[in-house]
Amino acid sequence: MSSKKVGMVSVGLTRFNRRSKETPKELAYYSSKMALDEAGITRKDLDGVIIGSAPDAFDGVHQKHEYLTDGSGGFNKPTMRGYVGGGTGVFSPIQGWYSVASGVHDVVMVTTEEKMSSIQPSAQAGFLTIFDNLIERPLGPNLVWIFALEMKRYMETYGIPKEHIASVSVKNKGNAIDHPSAMLGKNFTLDEVLNSEILCDPVRLLDISPVADGAVSFVMMTEEKIKEFGISKDDVAWVDGVGWNVDTTMWTNRDLSYPKYVEKAAKQAYNMAGQKDHSPEVLRKWLSFAEPYDPFNYKELHHLEGLQLFAKGEAPKAAFDGVTARDGDFPVTPSGGLLGVGNPIAAAAGMKSAELYLQLTGKAGKRQLSGDVTRGLAQAWGDLMQVGTVLILKGGRVD
Amino acid sequence: MTNKVAIIGVGIEGFRSSIRELSYKEMVYQAAVKAYSDAQVNPRDDVDTFISCEEDFNMGTSITDEYAPDQIGGAQRPVHTITGDGIQGMAAAYMQIKTGMFDIAVVEAQSRASDILTHNQIQHFALDPLYVRQFDATHHTAAALEKQIYLKRSNTSEDAVAEVAVKNHNNALFNPNAAYGIKATKQDILQSKMIATPLRSGEVSESADGAVVIVLASEKGIGNRDVDPVWINGISYATNSPNFHTRDWQTAKYAELCAKKAYEMASITNPKSQIDVFEIDDTYAFKELQHLEALGIYESGEAGKALLNGELGRKGSNPVNTSGGTIGMGNGHDVNGLQRVAEVVHQLRGHAGKRQISGAKTGLAFSWRGVPTTAGAIAVLGGN
Repeated sequence: MSSKKVGMVSVGLTRFNRRSKETPKELAYYSSKMALDEAGITRKDLDGVIIGSAPDAFDGVHQKHEYLTDGSGGFNKPTMRGYVGGGTGVFSPIQGWYSVASGVHDVVMVTTEEKMSSIQPSAQAGFLTIFDNLIERPLGPNLVWIFALEMKRYMETYGIPKEHIASVSVKNKGNAIDHPSAMLGKNFTLDEVLNSEILCDPVRLLDISPVADGAVSFVMMTEEKIKEFGISKDDVAWVDGVGWNVDTTMWTNRDLSYPKYVEKAAKQAYNMAGQKDHSPEVLRKWLSFAEPYDPFNYKELHHLEGLQLFAKGEAPKAAFDGVTARDGDFPVTPSGGLLGVGNPIAAAAGMKSAELYLQLTGKAGKRQLSGDVTRGLAQAWGDLMQVGTVLILKGGRVD
Repeated sequence: MTNKVAIIGVGIEGFRSSIRELSYKEMVYQAAVKAYSDAQVNPRDDVDTFISCEEDFNMGTSITDEYAPDQIGGAQRPVHTITGDGIQGMAAAYMQIKTGMFDIAVVEAQSRASDILTHNQIQHFALDPLYVRQFDATHHTAAALEKQIYLKRSNTSEDAVAEVAVKNHNNALFNPNAAYGIKATKQDILQSKMIATPLRSGEVSESADGAVVIVLASEKGIGNRDVDPVWINGISYATNSPNFHTRDWQTAKYAELCAKKAYEMASITNPKSQIDVFEIDDTYAFKELQHLEALGIYESGEAGKALLNGELGRKGSNPVNTSGGTIGMGNGHDVNGLQRVAEVVHQLRGHAGKRQISGAKTGLAFSWRGVPTTAGAIAVLGGN
């Protein structure tokens, strides 16, 4: 393998909330400037810029990548925007990885940005245009509607009680209290989640992550550049494994109870990291924690199973029993996740990738996991219940 | 093993002003089947990574990458979208192969421009919503401003610009994939309707439908396959500024920036003599000349003169846009870059039929994403 070792050396995050007075460019500027400052480098040091943002319809800006170029530090640079719907925030650092690992670029800025407040009356209006224009769009579907189908299918297949699923909301919204970017950190009781307003059976208000605006950036570079800039290994998280996978467009033909595409993406990443044993017990020991995508509470569980971290149908009970709490045996979503920190699509998964860096470098503040944090996994999901993206980082002093 | 990357298969469907008998998925499928048969790969087993290049608003669907996998054989495989030109997508595939983790990559781009009723209004949404959109300038207005500056700065004549359109429409007559092969004359162009002074309708490329799929491979990926590889010697992309008020109007800065890097990768010091065939963006006729100069192939003001001397024709010393370019092929927006790459591959393999440039060994493809962007991408290719 001729791949170069790639390190993430800094992250920058904005607050996640409704930020109607700031343009998408400004949000991208805040996070990318913060990441540059944290890394102790300037825009001149960048060889390339990667931009991640989900649908252009949110901002009403065509060719949004071009629009975001200057805010993201891309003026007169090679800039590129990759795109896998909601999976983008984990995919953008993967693009950072391949840009650097290939030897084409030495130092890259990766920015994930989303502004969802521009679209009126709600981001759901934008989501209507993601469906097939002949077969599905005339039905007027929205995301809550189709995820209610998936949640129901998941519950029915394994006989999962709603309490187990609701416990994920309690955990994540509670964890988010300690995240400085969070918009919905709060200690809810299980009953409050179970009895919150019903939106589309079985989905209730507190089962869902809140719509937000925000941006997250990363600086990634080669080992040689890390030495050249004098960056301490304690401030580095190495890319250990990456994987991504997209299923067929025909989501109505899919087994909604199990995300096969997440399994395939995860196995790609584990194999790249040299982890050939994919049994749940081994993987949970190998990883210190995980940040699976949680736009809805059941998704965190669904994804933990797709990631092979729990056997099929077993993640809900483990979550309910506290195994996945921040002080549990296998911490899951210590950041507070999309449910607690907020869900500005591409930036939300960017925040998950950033949590890997912060935990591995001991910079997660009150959220810092106890013990030796050596390796973490972030995963995102998107498109038409269709894509899985997986990023595994390891600590700067881990071989 | 030197870890070189080659193009081992190309497939084109179209270009035509409108492809009504195939859906967009069927159109891409047709191009993919041709590319896979050329490259002798089975997409379900052999391809490690797929890249699709498209924009939401052009496709009329948000998160349009959802609709990419099936027709290229990418379901339950690594697929991602680049919202950019096909050569940017090719650069992403090149980088993935260069990591050593992937051996065969597929890049796809398509245009269904005939489904867009109001291209002008779509492009209007690409302008900054706060500072620029309110001026209600169409993308042709911006191109006209740029043309005005270019003509004055380089002292290039309107005749030269008109001759670009004449040449490219005529070249397209020899290309079975071209939508707009026309026996045009200089007078036809100079007398066409003025759409934004000094830009005339005859100098502007017309939209077309079409799809291009290419297959890239490492030397390991090529293995024992009986294919005719065309090597990627240099590839790069660059963006200047998205704003009318901060961009460089004097030169095509993006072209200068990405050419510098690609020439460095390909060890090119004198592109004019070291490269045999050129496929250069000509979305507007003057852009071909402006880009030739920004790419360092001609000095400022010399490209127009070279054209009038016949140097850029099929029988000239530096043939440009033998395919017909965007003026002759039709403007497929984000597929334009791959169309140019496909033409260079045809030329370097000796498969360009009546438009073949004899002895072509190296070629250059350069694309620009159109107004209001200042984004370009370049590939320097070498034959076997």
